[in-house]
Amino acid sequence: MSISITTTSPSETGNSTNWPEWFSKDQNEAWELFQSLPQPKRTDEPWRFANLKAIDLSDFHVAVPVQDVASLITRSSALTNLAAKLIFANEVLIHNDQVGLPAGVLLLPLEEAAKNHEELFRKSFMTSNVRLGSKKFAALHRAHLRSGAFVYVPKGVVVERPIEIWHWLEGENATIFPHTLIVLGEGASATVIDHFVSSRDERSLAIAVNDLTVETNAKLHYVAVQEWSDKVTAFHINTTEVGKEGVSTALQMNLGGAYVRGESDSHLMGEGSRSVMLSINPASENREIDQRTFQDHFAPRATSDLLYHNALADSSRTIFAGLIKVEEHAHETDAYQKVRNLMLSDEAEANSMPGLEILADNVRCTHGATSGELNEDELFYMMARGIAPKQAAQLIVRGFFGTVLERLENPMLQEHLGEILDKKLSTSK
Amino acid sequence: MSTETKPDIDIDRSVGDFRYEMDYAFDAGVGLTEATIDYISDVKGDPDWVRAFRKEGYRKFLEKPMPTHWATKDLESIVFENIRYYLSQGQVPKRTWDEVPDDIKRTFERLGIPEQERKFLSGVEAQFDSEAAYSNIKAAVGEQGVIFVGSSEGLKEHPEIFKKWFGKVIPSGDNKFSALNSAVFSGGSFIYVPPGVKVKHPLQAYFRINAQNFGQFERTLIIVDEGAELTYMEGCTAPKFETATLHSAVVELVAMKGAKIQYITVQNWSSNVFNLVTKRGIAHEDAEVKWIDCNIGSRLTMKYPGVVMKGKGARGEVVSIALAGDGQHQDTGAKMIHAADNTTSNIISKSISLGTGRSTYRGMVHVPKHLKGCKNNTECDALLINSHSRTDTYPAISVRGQGNAVQHEASVSQISAEQIFYMQQRGLSEAAAMSLAVNGFVNDLVQQFPMEYSVELKRLIDLEMEGSVG
Repeated sequence: MSISITTTSPSETGNSTNWPEWFSKDQNEAWELFQSLPQPKRTDEPWRFANLKAIDLSDFHVAVPVQDVASLITRSSALTNLAAKLIFANEVLIHNDQVGLPAGVLLLPLEEAAKNHEELFRKSFMTSNVRLGSKKFAALHRAHLRSGAFVYVPKGVVVERPIEIWHWLEGENATIFPHTLIVLGEGASATVIDHFVSSRDERSLAIAVNDLTVETNAKLHYVAVQEWSDKVTAFHINTTEVGKEGVSTALQMNLGGAYVRGESDSHLMGEGSRSVMLSINPASENREIDQRTFQDHFAPRATSDLLYHNALADSSRTIFAGLIKVEEHAHETDAYQKVRNLMLSDEAEANSMPGLEILADNVRCTHGATSGELNEDELFYMMARGIAPKQAAQLIVRGFFGTVLERLENPMLQEHLGEILDKKLSTSK
Repeated sequence: MSTETKPDIDIDRSVGDFRYEMDYAFDAGVGLTEATIDYISDVKGDPDWVRAFRKEGYRKFLEKPMPTHWATKDLESIVFENIRYYLSQGQVPKRTWDEVPDDIKRTFERLGIPEQERKFLSGVEAQFDSEAAYSNIKAAVGEQGVIFVGSSEGLKEHPEIFKKWFGKVIPSGDNKFSALNSAVFSGGSFIYVPPGVKVKHPLQAYFRINAQNFGQFERTLIIVDEGAELTYMEGCTAPKFETATLHSAVVELVAMKGAKIQYITVQNWSSNVFNLVTKRGIAHEDAEVKWIDCNIGSRLTMKYPGVVMKGKGARGEVVSIALAGDGQHQDTGAKMIHAADNTTSNIISKSISLGTGRSTYRGMVHVPKHLKGCKNNTECDALLINSHSRTDTYPAISVRGQGNAVQHEASVSQISAEQIFYMQQRGLSEAAAMSLAVNGFVNDLVQQFPMEYSVELKRLIDLEMEGSVG
């Protein structure tokens, strides 16, 4: 029997046995919040241009455990030289390999962290207000959350090799609530790659949340490789907090999904902190990629740099709404925001709303949004050298995304993600 | 409602800060009901279709919500029941200068519309409260067949041209304030330029508010026929009042095939005025509509001049300068709707925020499906003078299909300390140096204004800057 996610309370799903009592209470409160918040409507500014039909979640139900676990473990192969690998299938941990993890690093399922590291968990788990539109859905996530990844790198520890986390989704109309929580202590550094994958070509739902905390002088590389099936509705709600002189570099690659709503909220809390926000979005068929971002500068001399590239084929749609906010006293802020839309079809539609709110002086802020098409000269040049038009176009698109990958300043990641991208682009029509 | 909390920096605006006792011959009282609308229609002797249009506007005004889901909450400070919606000195616009009452002449003298300027300009349509107090078109323009009258006169005397476009560019239900204007409009201009006529000199109208709590609801309709050209200038200055004043105009421009319209506004409202204006032009094939807009003063200005490029090869342009002083909010921008192939639009916006002033750019660029060769360029630059100043940019750009090029760029900066230091070393006061730097920031745009306006603008910037440094 299927359990509806919108009409069943957490106490009725039996999920509470997973969690310590205090967290079950939180889940009930989150459930009440979910019920009390209204469904977004057309006139809500954070939902402007969005297809509101896509976020009617009334016929989705809680995912049941996956049967064929072994095949998913086999399919979870990307990088070989890893510090650790966690694999979740429908929010159940099915694989936990921590061979290369330095001492002191905690890599646990969330419910275990809540039990054994309550203080740490409370300090960083969904602490900030979800303010880019999906408050209601974040509350639903919290209410129904069953597991997720908890990554804690203590002060001064450097995790050289990447940590890979896989979130598998399986089942028609099934819903999962993937969660990745990362805390880097003072001077720590780590690279974490989240893989979001559907096991079959099914219509299902994912409401994912991640909390990234980067403390003083810490350095985080975070990548989300989203490869849901083309029928999936997905929410990816991200919050990043960067402390003094800390650096966060986060990339969202959206390679799948029918409706994908991304919300990335970066808080520059410490002096001299830096947040780099990147996104690569090859959109095709009827896909809608709806991204809302916030670069919020609370401290002086911080830098934020956003670069989103969308390539739109077929009848795809993209929405980008970004805001740079420089709070009072955040003087000498350097903030950049750029979205580029490459239109590959007459049916595609790109909406851009780059925004600025500046309340301090002595700042340097720029934003830009462009929409254009394939460069005829470049196409001609390649065709003159015997490259077929379709392939030439593909090369240009690949180059267009390549400029975003370069911003990662991590050759290993660039190469790895480049390969994933090549595979995706060569299999699409 | 009180504006006492707003810091008063109007010390330099004394030029416009004066009133004469007026004997308001027609006064609709305060508040708005259907009876007010009947009263206005009766007094103005509206034809039946206008009365019906007003009532329709009133209905839509009641229906439409305040746009506070995206706009500032300050709009909620407007108390519609406390506003006078109609007030008139007399019903028939004065034909010659001699017929203009002495009181009004004195007001204009203080405003500084010089005799020479009047001679230079083809005609002066000076709005004094709701009705055009003075309307004169030079013989030369009239002979070319150009019609330049008040909107009330236009709808009575030239219904065949007027009715065709009135309310068509901006439907009364476009937004709450265009609906309000449709219900209670009075004053404003009606201009028709026949095919092929290029009006050499700019036509000009001065607007002025002068009564407590008095809302001014001009309605301007300009039609420039095939291949004709027109430049229209509008300037505003208002005395200070104790309570907020609402100004909500609607301006519709129609540029027929190959026509060119340039509409220039220099606005300097006192800092308690709500200025909520809807301005839009339609550009037919190969036509060009250009808005040059300068906003200084007011408590809140919301104004997004738009161009609907309906014909192939049409061009739209908005050049905008906004200066938000202490306690002021300039919420301005542009709206570009591409509705035909090979249409091009250009938006250049520069804003300056002083003291606690806030300037906002809000823009919309829309390129629908199956169009080819559309181009838009948008540039927004903001200058922040003080640490409490604020600036926002909220563009929305929708592009469907390939074959079009759209780019938007915005930047925020401040005056460099080195520049100021350099000028101070050469004997300029800090205020003078700041003023010079600000004028430098907007200089390339100011040059697009007609000479007398650019001089006036420079003077206004200097005045605003004086109180803001230190």
